[in-house]
Amino acid sequence: MELFVFVCAAAMVLVGAIGVITRNNPVHAALSLVLTLFGVAVLFVANNAHFLAAVQVIVYGGAIVVLFLFVIMLLGVDQAEDLSTEPLTVQRPLALVVGVGVAGVIIAAVVKSQDALFARGAGINSATVQDADANIRQLSRSIFSDYVFAFEVTSVLLLIAVVGTVVMSRRQHGHQVEESA
Amino acid sequence: MMQNLAIDPLLTGEVLWTPLLIVLLKVVVVFVVGLLATMLMVWFERKVIAGMQNRIGPNKAGPFGILQTLADGIKLFFKEDLIPERSDRFVFKLAPYLAFVPAFLTFAIIPLGGDFRGDKDGLVTWFGHQTRVQLADPPIGILFALAISSIAIYGIMLAGWSSGSKYPLLGSVRASAQMVSYEAALGLSVAAVVLVTGTLSTSGIVAKQSTLGNWNVIVTGIVPFFIFMVAATAELNRPPFDLVEAEQELVGGFNTEYASFRFALFYLAEFMNTVTMSALIVTLFFGGPQPISVGSTTIDIPLVGNALEGTIWLLLKVLVFLYIYVWFRATLPRFRYDQLMNLGWKVLIPASLGWFILLAAQRVGQSAGWDRYVVTISTALVLLVSYSLLVLAQRTSTNERKRDGVMF
Repeated sequence: MELFVFVCAAAMVLVGAIGVITRNNPVHAALSLVLTLFGVAVLFVANNAHFLAAVQVIVYGGAIVVLFLFVIMLLGVDQAEDLSTEPLTVQRPLALVVGVGVAGVIIAAVVKSQDALFARGAGINSATVQDADANIRQLSRSIFSDYVFAFEVTSVLLLIAVVGTVVMSRRQHGHQVEESA
Repeated sequence: MMQNLAIDPLLTGEVLWTPLLIVLLKVVVVFVVGLLATMLMVWFERKVIAGMQNRIGPNKAGPFGILQTLADGIKLFFKEDLIPERSDRFVFKLAPYLAFVPAFLTFAIIPLGGDFRGDKDGLVTWFGHQTRVQLADPPIGILFALAISSIAIYGIMLAGWSSGSKYPLLGSVRASAQMVSYEAALGLSVAAVVLVTGTLSTSGIVAKQSTLGNWNVIVTGIVPFFIFMVAATAELNRPPFDLVEAEQELVGGFNTEYASFRFALFYLAEFMNTVTMSALIVTLFFGGPQPISVGSTTIDIPLVGNALEGTIWLLLKVLVFLYIYVWFRATLPRFRYDQLMNLGWKVLIPASLGWFILLAAQRVGQSAGWDRYVVTISTALVLLVSYSLLVLAQRTSTNERKRDGVMF
């Protein structure tokens, strides 16, 4: 059963990921991204991380990709893109180098921590398997006690990003008005 | 674990036949009940609204016209299936299902009955297995409903985009902007309920609301209920928030280009969502399948077993809200788009956030043993100061925009 779920979810993730980079139409690419995110959510559920799965769907599936689609629709860039001309000539070789590098780092990390990964049940707290709410309780306890500083700093960072966006868009607007006048 | 397996449709652990059959039975029942409820809701809405407008409404097909929806459905099946030439074929075909499936998925986590009295905790025994009268009771419970409601946006958004014409696109952009904006208020009012009940699971939330005084609508102090109700109406794109299908401006909204079966799916999803949202309101704020009881006296429906009685109570409570939704539609004129956005961002979100902080402060005060009135008054003062700051910021920005010569 576990294997079956894993294979299905992994297939979803891979098909989605390949779709994102091979589809010419930006909307189709965004939809493939949704497929990948859903696959990851299923993997979370299979590992008893229900809360993470829900957050994955709400934040990534429900908010971020919707925002992507919004921008694609509003800007009207939803035509298939012409890939024959290259705006930045270095980006393809650079992408290859970065891709191989990231893959290498991930494989190295897996190989390095092999023992910890294969030790059965290591890392999974037995309390979270027995009691459904324990998972969420543990997560919130560690966020709001041990890591409360990082948590608050992250939220401040997000706030700064929002305020910054508003300020920048306002300033540009005022500038344009001056130019036209 | 094995005994409660039927509760868990993910089937972690050994696969046994009886629980599997129970789960399958539940899936079929929930699906059929959902479809029937939707069918009856369409009829109910048409009949009630006709009554409110001094008309007769559907009265030809079946007794009181109750089969009208069935007749309409059959007609839609046999209509020609049109795909516009400029549409994106794959997405155009996919979109109705993306609207339809989430509408049914939310129904899976609503407790549809069961006996929550005493220490029975809503469990019933079927074929020697303890189970709940709800399809799934995931530990994330109510978060599942929020996740599904954020997924439901895709159906509408992609339907409008893939039609390849302007009116549906405008309709869908409006709809998705509206749904994304009101989701925040919706989530924050749910958070208030989760704060007072201390659990995410829907059956847990129901179990906590044993008497009338324990209903969350009273425990959370009525404000989250109102916010949830308004935000839910906006999420459903129902009047007075039905800007999605403002006929005067948009022809027909995101589903303009759809015909036959695909249109029927959107139509079904819309009414299904209304039923689910009403059931969700009842579950969160009005005790779900719990009977009405004040103190130790419980209103008991005679001749019916306690578990079945829960279903009857749920049905009665949901009917009240369905009636209210129809009433909204018959009474309230449609909002203007900027009014809609102002209500969502400048009223509902700050109000729900403020109320959440008030409730949280109360609980902290309670556990620390502070004086209740001092806590309430000081929180109210803090909220008042932040609200006046918000008003000040809004006024400044409005003045600046006026100076720039921008209207909105």
